[in-house]
Amino acid sequence: MLARVHSAAVLGLQAYGVDVEVDVGGGLPAFAIVGLPDAAVQESKERVRAAIRNAGYEVPPRKITINLAPADVRKEGPAFDLPMAVGILAATAQLNGGHLDGTLLLGELSLDGRIRPVPGLLAIALAARERGQPALIVPERNAAEAALVEGIDVYPASTLAQVIGHLEGSAPIAPLRRPPPPAAEAPAGDVDFGEVRGQAHARRAMEIAAAGGHNVLLVGPPGSGKTMLARRLPTILPPLSWEEAIDVTRIYSVAGLLPGGSGPVRLRPFRSPHHTTSAAAMIGGGAGARPGEITLAHRGVLFLDELPEFHRDVLEALRQPLEDREVTVARAQLTVTFPAAFMLVGAMNPCPCGHHGDDGADCLCSPPQVARYLGRISGPLLDRFDLHVDVPRVSPADLTAPPVGEPSERIRARVCAAREHQRRRFAGTCACNALMTAKQMRRSCRLAEGPRAFLRTAIERLGLSARGYDRLLRVARTIADLEGAAEFGEAHLAEAMQYRVFDRSLRLSG
Amino acid sequence: MIGRRPQVQFEVLTLQDPGYPTALRAIADPPQALYVRGRLAEADRTAVAVVGARRASPYGVAVAEWLGRELTRNGVTVVSGLARGIDAAAHRGALQGGGRTIAVLGCGVDIIYPPEHGRLVAQITGAGAVLSEYPPGTPPLKHQFPRRNRLISGLALGVVVVEGREDSGALITADCALDQGREVFAVPGPVFAQTSVLPHRLLQQGAKLVTMVEHILEELHLAVQHATTSSVALQGAEAAVYAQLTLDPQHIDVLALRCGLPVSEIGRVLIGLELRGLVRVLAGQRYVRATVEG
Ligand SMILES: Nc1ncnc2c1ncn2[C@@H]1O[C@H](COP(=O)(O)OP(=O)(O)OP(=O)(O)O)[C@@H](O)[C@H]1O
Ligand SMILES: [Mg+2]
Ligand SMILES: [Zn+2]
Repeated sequence: MLARVHSAAVLGLQAYGVDVEVDVGGGLPAFAIVGLPDAAVQESKERVRAAIRNAGYEVPPRKITINLAPADVRKEGPAFDLPMAVGILAATAQLNGGHLDGTLLLGELSLDGRIRPVPGLLAIALAARERGQPALIVPERNAAEAALVEGIDVYPASTLAQVIGHLEGSAPIAPLRRPPPPAAEAPAGDVDFGEVRGQAHARRAMEIAAAGGHNVLLVGPPGSGKTMLARRLPTILPPLSWEEAIDVTRIYSVAGLLPGGSGPVRLRPFRSPHHTTSAAAMIGGGAGARPGEITLAHRGVLFLDELPEFHRDVLEALRQPLEDREVTVARAQLTVTFPAAFMLVGAMNPCPCGHHGDDGADCLCSPPQVARYLGRISGPLLDRFDLHVDVPRVSPADLTAPPVGEPSERIRARVCAAREHQRRRFAGTCACNALMTAKQMRRSCRLAEGPRAFLRTAIERLGLSARGYDRLLRVARTIADLEGAAEFGEAHLAEAMQYRVFDRSLRLSG
Repeated sequence: MIGRRPQVQFEVLTLQDPGYPTALRAIADPPQALYVRGRLAEADRTAVAVVGARRASPYGVAVAEWLGRELTRNGVTVVSGLARGIDAAAHRGALQGGGRTIAVLGCGVDIIYPPEHGRLVAQITGAGAVLSEYPPGTPPLKHQFPRRNRLISGLALGVVVVEGREDSGALITADCALDQGREVFAVPGPVFAQTSVLPHRLLQQGAKLVTMVEHILEELHLAVQHATTSSVALQGAEAAVYAQLTLDPQHIDVLALRCGLPVSEIGRVLIGLELRGLVRVLAGQRYVRATVEG
């Protein structure tokens, strides 16, 4: 007899339907899985057999063939355990398969019949809704993420026996209620800008960066608080909207990084990969076409501490996604596109010994040594940073003394107001000043004759590079937006120049 | 790291050439030949050397620039050794003053050392000369620099030492000056600074104290054409910020606190002051006055 059970799998961030077809027929007892299963899928056999037996049913000694359709895509992982088990029971008439048609099943089985969580459920639930599949039976531990999707019924199950009871109608499972979308209010994170003492200049830079979506490079001696500042950038960004939260949750779900039973991700991601990270781990791809760090940082912050220590090929590989805000990785014959719209924060020491420009300690590096060290972050990558910020060491006295800094919430309010100016100006065609196209820049960064002359003089006298010109204008535009100014003038340009230290030949002096 | 320029224009002056600097002929061991980029002039007979520490403080850099500027404004050619720190500042000051300056190298004149001084060399050859006793192509070897110092003092009527640690090369230049019968001057510095050790010792031993350019000119019987002057006219926030600035570096956060201004505002004011050449930014977003005037 033949049974068909609907299931699904994830490729990249998209789910596609997989039909688990089970045929139980005469012949020598055997158990075969066909349809491009990987090694992990092959291992399902033993788990499925044991789980069925331990649930009080039996696997008849006959010829069992399971086909995973469509047969041209490689199937991975243990998520088909549950549909296979249910299929075998239906094909052997131990279960009435009448209700299987509108239902999608997914879950890994343990030997005793318990159902273990599987990654990617949110993506699968979204796809199920699109294809009009009304019901989903999923592991209880990750049912919450599936229930975020409107218009489908999600039945959480923790054992095979429960699933059987539900399908037979003898013990129906209650569908999980969809949580109401929470208010736009941002939940409190575990860090806050209030904890950063002093650092007025660096705090201001972080506020400007958040307001315009600008990438920031922090330069300072060891222990000056670069990591501390970067870690707090997500707390002053606008809260994730519901759609954005679903986006981010889907990524973490597919990556298997969503803690069991949790609702949607509400805080903007902060990813801080180590400098030994490989290009595949950074960008994504590899055997499982998994999202990389840049996708895990989608709608959040990617922090590269010790920037010059990263492998050159990894830094090179970042350039394209920084431009495109997404990344396409190849996987066998397929390509998968992952979103990667993140803010980049880099941190580095100012010189090999770390104390160039540090008042408290002597730097004995020669100018060529310093130049060589700074040269490690190549021009094109350096070009991606709109703001360059010198972070000095705060003296021990200042670290212990009040007052503490302004809390994130107040800074965030100003950031949101500045973002609102941008939203209105670009009428939805561009999210923030950092992403303006050349055309949008021409329109929204128009300079009157006075400021233009000022800019010319500054470029000449301060040795600002032509490369930095475009960045300077964007940052100045954001500073004006923070002030609510329609026009921008000399004052905004002048302040922006404070954040272009790497453009200036002066970098090497003193 | 040595930047080589394969094709630079240079002139060779032998001891017999009439253009060979008269002052050098008189020293004990004049070089047989000088390799010259740019041009030596009659006016270079009136020359003063300004030398000092390579790892100079912002104070020293400001003093050397100021002296370079003031000396050239009074028609004096500034001689130095193109090193980092004081030497480069003296050359820069001379160029700012619109006068002549001579750099004496310890390597071939076609070699830029230190390598970051390529632009400075181009400016000096345009407004004076870069010269060496070593043939083109000679690399910058350590032992050549002390020897070259006798030419720095030999070309000048006097040597001004601005900053130097205990074992500074400027000591050699001062010794050469004494051997050659040239005047030795020194500019005092902060008492606790390592960079003050050499100038203060020279002062104790009888070097002439310099706190204004007139002190040099008068000692050398040169006419004062352009007295030390100028005060900077500033208003409002600019005046307040400038008043807080000294030759000791202060971070922008510290300045903001001391001036009672928000950091956004102070950043704007500082850029304005910088554009007018009044302040200088150092690595780490620290600010100093760019001049000792005003
Ligand atoms: N401005 C500050 N306010 C409060 N605490 C600070 C500040 N700066 C540094 N600290 C303290 O010093 C510690 C070190 O800071 P952090 O790790 O951010 O420095 P860093 O610049 O990233 O150093 P490194 O170059 O070694 O990575 C922080 O954990 C924090 O406790
Ligand atoms: Mg750190
Ligand atoms: Zn150093």
